[in-house]
Amino acid sequence: MKKTYQIDVDCANCANLMEETAKKTDGVKNCTVSFMTLKMKVEFQDGADASEVMERVRANCRKVEPDCEIYL
Amino acid sequence: MNRKQKTLLLRIVAAAVFFVPLYLISEQFVSAQMPPAALFALFLLPYLLAGYDVLRKALLGIRNRRVFDENFLMTVATLGAIVLGEYAEGAAVMILYQVGELFQSYAVGKSRRNITALMDIRPDYANLEVGGALRRTDPDEIPPGSVIVVQPGEKVPLDGVVLDGHSSLNTSALTGESALRDVAPGDEILSGCVNMHGVLKVRTTKEFDESTASKVLDLVENAVARKAKSETFIAKFARYYTPFVCYAALALAVVPPLFSPAAWGTWIFRACTFLVISCPCALVISIPLSFFAGIGGASHRGILVKGANYLETLADVRVIAFDKTGTMTKGSFNVTGVHYPSMDESALLEYAAHAECASSHPVSRSLQTAYGKAPDRNRVDNVREHPGEGVTANVDGVEIAVGNEKLMQRLGVPFRPCHHPGTILHMGVGGAYAGHIVVSDELKDHAPEAVRQLRRAGVEKIVMLTGDAEAVAERVAAELGLTDYRAGLLPADKVRCAEELLQTCKPGQKFAFVGDGINDAPVLARADVGIAMGALGSDAAIEAADVVLMDDDPLKIATAIRIARKCLRIVRENIVFSLAVKATCLLLVAVGLGNMWLAIAADVGVMVLAVLNAMRCLAVEKL
Repeated sequence: MKKTYQIDVDCANCANLMEETAKKTDGVKNCTVSFMTLKMKVEFQDGADASEVMERVRANCRKVEPDCEIYL
Repeated sequence: MNRKQKTLLLRIVAAAVFFVPLYLISEQFVSAQMPPAALFALFLLPYLLAGYDVLRKALLGIRNRRVFDENFLMTVATLGAIVLGEYAEGAAVMILYQVGELFQSYAVGKSRRNITALMDIRPDYANLEVGGALRRTDPDEIPPGSVIVVQPGEKVPLDGVVLDGHSSLNTSALTGESALRDVAPGDEILSGCVNMHGVLKVRTTKEFDESTASKVLDLVENAVARKAKSETFIAKFARYYTPFVCYAALALAVVPPLFSPAAWGTWIFRACTFLVISCPCALVISIPLSFFAGIGGASHRGILVKGANYLETLADVRVIAFDKTGTMTKGSFNVTGVHYPSMDESALLEYAAHAECASSHPVSRSLQTAYGKAPDRNRVDNVREHPGEGVTANVDGVEIAVGNEKLMQRLGVPFRPCHHPGTILHMGVGGAYAGHIVVSDELKDHAPEAVRQLRRAGVEKIVMLTGDAEAVAERVAAELGLTDYRAGLLPADKVRCAEELLQTCKPGQKFAFVGDGINDAPVLARADVGIAMGALGSDAAIEAADVVLMDDDPLKIATAIRIARKCLRIVRENIVFSLAVKATCLLLVAVGLGNMWLAIAADVGVMVLAVLNAMRCLAVEKL
């Protein structure tokens, strides 16, 4: 299952960091963050609960980039 | 500017207001006696005002075991300067760094808006008809099968079929060319077009997400996710570069003082300056921005590039093969002659049209048109397609064979060859030869010019691949000004030809195939970059290709290559320029010729220039 989320982040490197962090989060199979369109595309692992996983993704991203926002 | 940017601006201005008089005093431009401790305390004010969030992020980074980000670098460098008593430098670097951040955030936000404005085909509302009245509704909420009304000047919000009304649609938002398409009841219309005059009542056939406008936008937005090689290169580079500079700075601070212990302050200060230069922002920001601007600009011209990586490949295309029918020719066939018929011409056409009634190939359609009536499928059975040869079928119980010379030879029907250019359909009726039908196709208006422009764009080898007979291929090739063509190809042969052409590419050269995307999917997939033409409204073509030309003008092939080249040239300029400036500054600082002012100018200045340069990718109108 794939979903796209609107995000807000200030710099390109920060967007790369968010992508790396999201990829390492449990329940995420793959993730691409586009700084240009401010969108995060997340592919979830089978059977994962999207909203629960995204809470974790957001928490992890906040750790690496305190200013970032993911609109769930 | 958004709220975050405004706050930052305010902080910078406030910090600068504090900083300037302090600087004048500390450099003794204005004579005022002040103890160093007071000076330190006063400089701390603008420093913290401008940079408190940088310090906070650096601390958070360390706590999360993510050192070596730009916040960390700036913190260490500025704190280092302050500890060494260079209060003015420390505060100034922090303020200038924030100016750079503000500019970056503003410029990128503006570029993003510019680029998305170019692709402004997303309809905002639809007029839903409810009980005779119109209601403005979000197109997202309209199920297929609803009735909507499109007024003059409005965008068509959803794909659908016209129920009532006549009008012309401007397709420029989708194709890049201002072309009017007349529509009447029963016609399919695509979202993203603009209704020019009449009022149209439309029954929607697709949901918003499945409609053309959404699909095109999705494609362009997702294109950025397929990262180009130079982007991955820079991401990797940044991962090694920053730690490398940090260790180099550490070495610079520690190693030389071992030999001359007296000068340790100077070396630590140089090390701090090193850190200021080390931020890779200019590259990390400008390269994806260049690709995004290039893809956005191309889509404005009706060229959809499905990934930054394809833009990169497109720039290196030196060998091109294209399909003839529908790519260089109009693909609208007409029956231009019936030779040696053994029966009445119309009877022969009737047989031919019925035998081919199951096929949607343009040649078959021309037979239906020449026959003038809809074929009655109940009269036809036992239809067999012979790929690359033709069709056999029973019509009214009579065995009919329609196809080329190969089919006749295989069936053992003696035939009379034809020297007319065009597609020759030999007819076998009941096992005997019944004459042949000549079907011909016209070149597109821009086709010869398109070939010339490709040559001018540096394409070394242009090959035409076609399933048609040698004679037709030779004539079309001559009209196009080509010497290289392969005729009589079956679909599988085309893939083989593509593979041969791939072999002929020298290292670094790329092979592109241009086709209509419907019959050519395997070849499109096999080529380094597959270009589909005339894809307006054809999902299959959009699916199969890497680059999609929304209208069917072959001139766009060369345009696409030129846009890609320009974009790649700008990317390279940015890479070389940023790295050269940074390397020079690092060197100057290491030998003691540069100071922190130079460092911050190198960092912020290079970033500003690189971003401005990247935005040139958007200017593709004249390419």
